[in-house]
Amino acid sequence: MKYISISNNQAVSLDSIPELPYEEFLESNVGMLTDSPERHCVNYFGFWTGVYSSGGPVEDQYEENKNRKEYSENVKLICCIADDKTHQIYVSSATVAPEVVYESFTARNHNFEKYEREMHETFGIQYNNHPWLKPVRYSHDRAGKAETIENYPFFGANSHELHEVGVGPIHAGIIEPGHFRFICNGEQIMHLEIQLGYQHRGIEQLFLQKKKLAELTTLAENIAGDTTVGHTIAFVNLWESLCGYRPGRSLHFSRTLALELERIAIHTGDMSAVCADIGYQLGNSVYGRLRTPIINFLQEWGGNRLAKGLIRAGRTNFPFSRKLGARLASILDEFELDFNEMTSKFFKLPSALSRLEKTGVVTYGQVLEIGTVGMAARMSGLNRDIRSSHPFNLFGEGFTHEPVIKHHGDVYARVRLRRDEIHQSIGYIRKMIADIPEFTEVAGVKLNPQRNMFILSLVEGWRGEICHCAITDNEGSLGLYKIKDPSFHNWMALAQAVRNNGISDFPICNKSFNLSYCGHDL
Amino acid sequence: MFENIKIWWHQGKQYIPDVTNAKLPGIFRGRPVITRSGVDEAALVELCPTGAITRNPVCIDLGKCTFCGECAFRFPEKISFTSDYKLSANVREHLVVKEGDDKGIVVEPSKVRKGVRSLFGQSLKLRQVSAGGDNSCELELNACNNVQFDMSRFGIDFVASPRHADGVVITGPITANMAGPLEICYNAVPDPKIVILVGTDAISGGIFADSPALDRDFLTKYPVDLYVPGNPAHPLTFINGVLDMLKKQ
Repeated sequence: MKYISISNNQAVSLDSIPELPYEEFLESNVGMLTDSPERHCVNYFGFWTGVYSSGGPVEDQYEENKNRKEYSENVKLICCIADDKTHQIYVSSATVAPEVVYESFTARNHNFEKYEREMHETFGIQYNNHPWLKPVRYSHDRAGKAETIENYPFFGANSHELHEVGVGPIHAGIIEPGHFRFICNGEQIMHLEIQLGYQHRGIEQLFLQKKKLAELTTLAENIAGDTTVGHTIAFVNLWESLCGYRPGRSLHFSRTLALELERIAIHTGDMSAVCADIGYQLGNSVYGRLRTPIINFLQEWGGNRLAKGLIRAGRTNFPFSRKLGARLASILDEFELDFNEMTSKFFKLPSALSRLEKTGVVTYGQVLEIGTVGMAARMSGLNRDIRSSHPFNLFGEGFTHEPVIKHHGDVYARVRLRRDEIHQSIGYIRKMIADIPEFTEVAGVKLNPQRNMFILSLVEGWRGEICHCAITDNEGSLGLYKIKDPSFHNWMALAQAVRNNGISDFPICNKSFNLSYCGHDL
Repeated sequence: MFENIKIWWHQGKQYIPDVTNAKLPGIFRGRPVITRSGVDEAALVELCPTGAITRNPVCIDLGKCTFCGECAFRFPEKISFTSDYKLSANVREHLVVKEGDDKGIVVEPSKVRKGVRSLFGQSLKLRQVSAGGDNSCELELNACNNVQFDMSRFGIDFVASPRHADGVVITGPITANMAGPLEICYNAVPDPKIVILVGTDAISGGIFADSPALDRDFLTKYPVDLYVPGNPAHPLTFINGVLDMLKKQ
C-alpha cells in the first residue's frame, strides 16, 4: 500500500504510515491530485526524525533541536491528501536528507507550493524546479538564519513604465501586520506579492514546550482570535480522539452551536467591513451593530465575547441550557428581521453592486490550481466544505450539510456566500435549539494521549478548512503539533484576485476574503 | 430614501449612553475577588495555564490572567469573577488582585505622566500596532468605535499615521519579527507620546511568555502609561481606562 487511509479524527500508530522512497512518494501524492478536484492536500509537513526517536523528555529534545547543526538528522515528510468523495484522508511518508536536492511536488502541482516553501525554510531542503522557493514566515527555528524579514526577496518590475507600491507591515486600520508589494501600471495592479511572518509567535513550538492540557487549550484558543471556536474545536476533537475518549452528544452539540455562531458573527462583521470599504455608511453601521448581539450572546453563554474559555476537552464549564436556547431563539428572530431588511436594500443598491460585481475575480481554474479551501473555494464553484466532506461533531450525524456554492469568484460572490451562509447557520441553530440534549457531567474523565500515534483533525471554520495534526512520542507527550489555518492557501487567491483591478479596489478585495495573519504565521 | 429612514428607525437606540456605568449582559468574567478561605493552594497555583496565580497571600495577576475562569470553577469558595470591567491601571503592580481585596482597580492620578491630561485631555489620537496579536483585541478595539460604544464622542480616535498620533496602542506579545516595525512606528510619533498595552499577551506575553519567537525589549526601553487587561480586553475596559487616565468623566 502506498498510503494509509484514515478518517477525520482517527488516531493511528505512527509506524502504520507507509514510508516510500522519495520518487515514489512524489508520484503517488501528485498522481492522486491529477484531474481529481475532489482531492486536495490538507497538510504536508516534515520533522527532524532524530528528535523523536531519542526518547528523552521533549525539553531536552528542544535543546537538541536548537543545536541541531551538530547532528546530521534526516527529515521525515508526511503528506495527507483528503478525498471528499470517499471521506478519507490518505497519509504517506518519506525520509529525506536536507543536503540532497529533491524534485519538487510544486513543479507538477501548485497545491504544494506553500508546503515546500515551508520545508525549505525550516529544514533547508533544496528543491529542483520549484518556481518560488521563498521564505514563508521567518520562523524562529528556520534553517537559514541569514535571511531576515527585512530582506525578503520581492519580485521586482525593473521597468521604467511600471511602479511599485509597498504597504505595511503596519496598515492604516486596526488590523494585523503584513507587507503587500504591488507592481502597478498607473492605477492598475499587475502583480501583488504578499509577505507575511510578522505575527510569528512560535506557537507550534509552544505546543511541545507546554505540558498541561489547560495550557495547550489556551494556546489553541489563541491561534487566531477571530476563529477561537474553530481552532479550539480542532484541538479538543483531536485531543479526545488521541486519548481514546468519546464525548457525549451535549459536547458535540455545544461545539457545533458555537462554531455556527462564530460563522454568523464574523460573516456579519465582514459584510460591515465591505460596506465600509465602498463608502456605504448605512450598511457599515447596521451590519456592524448586528454582530454585537451574536457575540454578546457568546458572552451570556460563556463569559467571553469571542468564546474564549467556552470549549474544553472532555467536558464543558458552560452547559447549554434550555433557558439559553430560548434566549438565543429570540436574539436570532430580532437579528434576522434587521439583517433581512438591510440585506434586501444592500443587494438592490446599484451603486453598491457596481463596486462588487466583477471586482477581484478568481476563476475555478485558479482556485483549483492554488488549492484554496473553504469560502475561497466555494466562491468559484469548487465544492470544499469539511462539514459535508469529512464531517465532525454534529455534522453528518445530526444533520447533513449542503455547501453553499457560488460561481463568479468576485467580491459579489463572496458577499453573497456570506449572506447565504448566515441564513444557513441560523437554520441549523434553530434546528439544534429545538432539541437541546440534556447535559450530563461525566465524572473522572482521564485524558492520557496514546503513545507513538499520528492523528489529524479537520474543522470547517468560517474561513474554511482548519487542519491540526499531532504526533505523540513514546511517552505520550506531543512530539509534533502542526496547525494549518485556511489562510495558508487562501492568501494566494487574494494575490490573484487583485490582478488587473484598480489599486483602490484592493481594500474591498482584501476584506471580502478577510484572511488571517496570525493563523498563517503561527 | 424612505427605505433608508425605515432601516435607520428600526435600529432603535444603539449607543450606550453612560459607558462608565453600563451593565454587561449575562455572565462576564471581569475583576476577580479572592476570599480568605483555605483551599489546596498548590493545586490552585498548578491549575492556572499562564502562572497568573501565586501564593502567600493568594494573588491573581490580571496582567497574566487569560480570564478563562478555570480557578473559579474548581475553587468557587476561593475565587469568583465579578462583572466589573474596569480593570485598567497605570501602575503594573496594581493589576495584582490579593486575597481579601475587594477594591476596584483604578488609574492612579498621581502616577499619570505630566502633560498627559493637559495635552490629551480634550483629544487623543492613537496609532494601533498589532505585534503578534491574535486579532481578538484588534476586533475589540475596532468595536470601541462602532455605533454602540462610540468612543469618538470623547475625542478619542484611532488614526492611520503615527505622525498624526499622540501615542501607540500595542496588542500581542511583541514578536521578534514585529519588534523593528513597532519601534519605527513609535519613533515616528511626535513627542510627547504615550504607550498603552492592551490584552494579556501585550502586558506579560500571556501564554506566549516563554516563546523563543518574541522580542519584548521595547517595553524595557520605553515607559508604559496604561495597562488594559483582558483576553481580549472588553471595549468598556479600554474606554474606561483611557477616560480615567485622561480624567474625562
